Amino acid sequence: MGSRVVQSSVRLASALGRGLGGGGGGVAVARGGGGTDRRRGLASEAAQQRRDSEKRVGSGDIRVDLLNPFELHRLHDGPATDVFTSKEELMQMYMDMTVLRRMELAADMLFKSQQIRGFCHLYDGQEAISVGMEAALTYEDSVLTAYRDHGIFLGRGGTTFEAFSELMGKKTGCAIGKGGSMHLYKRENNYYGGWGIVGTSGPLGTGLAFALKYQKKPNVAVAIYGDGAANQGQLYEAQNCAALWDLPVIYLVENNHYGMGTAEWRASKKATFFDRLSYIPGIKVDGMDAFSVKAAMLFAKEHCVAGKGPIVVECDTYRYHGHSMSDPGSTYRSRDEVQGFRKERDPIERIRNIILKEELSTAEELKKLDKQVRREVEEEAAKAREAPQPEEHELFSNIYRLDTGLVTYGCDRKDTIKLP
Amino acid sequence: MRISITRALSILQRCARDCPQQQHSSPSVGNSTLSGAVRLLSSQALATSKEPEAGNVPKKSLNLFSAINQALHIALETDPRSYIFGEDVNFGGVFRCTTNLADTFGKHRVFNTPLCEQGIVGFAIGLAAMLVYSCIRVLQTVLPSHAILGTNLCVYSDDTAASGDGKDNRAIAEIQFADYIYPAFDQIVNEAAKFRYRSGNQFNCGGLTIRAPYGAVGHGGHYHSQSPESFFCHVPGIKWLYRQSVEDVPEGDYMLPLSKAEVMREGTDITLVGWGAQLSVMEQACIDASKEGISCELIDLRTLIPWDRETVEASVNKTGRLLVSHEAPVTGGFGAEISASIVERCFLRLEAPVARVCGYDTPFPLVFEPFYMPTKNKILDAIKTSVSY
Repeated sequence: MGSRVVQSSVRLASALGRGLGGGGGGVAVARGGGGTDRRRGLASEAAQQRRDSEKRVGSGDIRVDLLNPFELHRLHDGPATDVFTSKEELMQMYMDMTVLRRMELAADMLFKSQQIRGFCHLYDGQEAISVGMEAALTYEDSVLTAYRDHGIFLGRGGTTFEAFSELMGKKTGCAIGKGGSMHLYKRENNYYGGWGIVGTSGPLGTGLAFALKYQKKPNVAVAIYGDGAANQGQLYEAQNCAALWDLPVIYLVENNHYGMGTAEWRASKKATFFDRLSYIPGIKVDGMDAFSVKAAMLFAKEHCVAGKGPIVVECDTYRYHGHSMSDPGSTYRSRDEVQGFRKERDPIERIRNIILKEELSTAEELKKLDKQVRREVEEEAAKAREAPQPEEHELFSNIYRLDTGLVTYGCDRKDTIKLP
Repeated sequence: MRISITRALSILQRCARDCPQQQHSSPSVGNSTLSGAVRLLSSQALATSKEPEAGNVPKKSLNLFSAINQALHIALETDPRSYIFGEDVNFGGVFRCTTNLADTFGKHRVFNTPLCEQGIVGFAIGLAAMLVYSCIRVLQTVLPSHAILGTNLCVYSDDTAASGDGKDNRAIAEIQFADYIYPAFDQIVNEAAKFRYRSGNQFNCGGLTIRAPYGAVGHGGHYHSQSPESFFCHVPGIKWLYRQSVEDVPEGDYMLPLSKAEVMREGTDITLVGWGAQLSVMEQACIDASKEGISCELIDLRTLIPWDRETVEASVNKTGRLLVSHEAPVTGGFGAEISASIVERCFLRLEAPVARVCGYDTPFPLVFEPFYMPTKNKILDAIKTSVSY
């Protein structure tokens, strides 16, 4: 562990070694202690599961106690509750979540020093969802989410350099600096991005799932949305279509209990989201525990790939920062509440505690790792700061597919810009 | 000091009866990253309709959003069937337009809705439809500037006819940013705009006002900067109005006609027409142009549907040149409508083609915003080109 895992272009360790080109090179590191090769997707994992036991998931010999049970809706059986892991997996998870956390804190500082402009919605507190989800998926599965997408981007193999560049509007950003914080994408890893209008992930994810099913791929689409967005009409439409056509889509609800400043019980008659529809099964998961998320997502993926139709996975999570950088996050919730989550349910602490309990590492080593991650993330941010801005023609390019020679009208219609 | 806008709102309600929707926007004052202030005009008693400029009433400066807040306060105060709802309005809203209203008037009248624009507007239409008045107004307020001079909420009604039964539901829906109005597009265009027409005047939703902040703020990116007016101006049956705020507003009630443009600045060489935040940019361009000896007449349209063709026509007949400017992309923007109309009316008088200085035909960019915007210099260039045509 240690420097071997951290690359110069910092990305989540778990992203290394995945199939389908992680973009920008990077050494493939063997993953998982004696476990499944994620590149072969779920099939081998499922086979592994059947080999071991009915309700067991994960390989390795360290048993993890899930902190909170799953709640099921319209499901006879739920996700595996016997969860096993290995030192490598634990260290990778710890590493990934630390990188994520550090990146969000760095983004916070960059925003406050006005190097990031626009809007910035931070993911710290919700790391377990990204990391747990990616532990269950491959890059052949498609993922899309709303604007709180830094964490998902890194989980999908994005590098912190790409993310910081995009946040700062630089050419080296994943969207050439044209999108900004809310619009991170990674095509080669089937990350269909961050979207500005909430709820759009529903119908879009449903469409992606249709394509996957049509092409007979053993993969799922994961459409992520939040508790606030759950009241958008288009979700209802999309979910009906998905159920009608048995599409392999997982609707992952990141329920952090506040839609901007509105508590869930003020916005929804029924503030649970996994059991809203009588015809779509759902699971409620402790979203602060990466292993619970992993187990649930493995189950959900198997459900979808078996042709049983869509499923909702509601992750009970929490965000430490406010909704965005212009929200202190303290006017609608008490400091005690936020501190309580940090103390009792922090996702990184959970992994750290397991590591220490199993004596896989010491507190000092983990602290050293933290410092190393912090340093490297800050280096990436500094590199991004030095990167050039996008060229002027980018304002007019990629509006259409064939932009070359396209005439864009500017002011007055006499002012035209022809793309090279 | 509180501007008494009681009458304003009742007039607005009446206006709702046969007024088209109007877009509410405010111009930016200075070069703030936030755009414009909204000029709210306080309404006046129907009996004495006088322009605020003409009146002898004392004036006072008010912050735009305070003015909106006061106007809404008056609306709620004078009409027990007024309601304000939208996302986060309860605590005051993201632009503080609804501060204290819930505390004062109760949560049953000032309430939050879930995150569902289509639902909000559909619900608002139904609520407004319960009563007689009909007029859907979409007031667009511009995102606030930190250099707001003074505004007053003005609710204007040009209706001097029958008063109706006075018992309508004044539904005031807030869309948090104009960029989010699209899920509600169907409801506005297909339901609200056509309700009176297709029911043969049996029903209408005139008591409905939709407020939405619009326009660039400097860092808003794709989804906090848009100007969607031209989509809606294409639809008969709604009114679209803008309000600007760059002036002192009279104390007391006064009334401003909904479809009456205001000549902000008189001139003889060229007519500039704009609305909302863009006006302050245009004003700067006028000042710069005057240093080069070009005398510009600047007109604030105030309302897009209906828009004051007569005032613009009279002005163009005087100057012989026209320039229209708006933040929305140039193709299909409302400037095109103005241009076509004026060419029809003033063809022989025009000394130069009508100039349009607008946003580019691109999605509203993030980092490229300074390039995209119709800035003072672009306007100045166009003025000079027109004058030396």
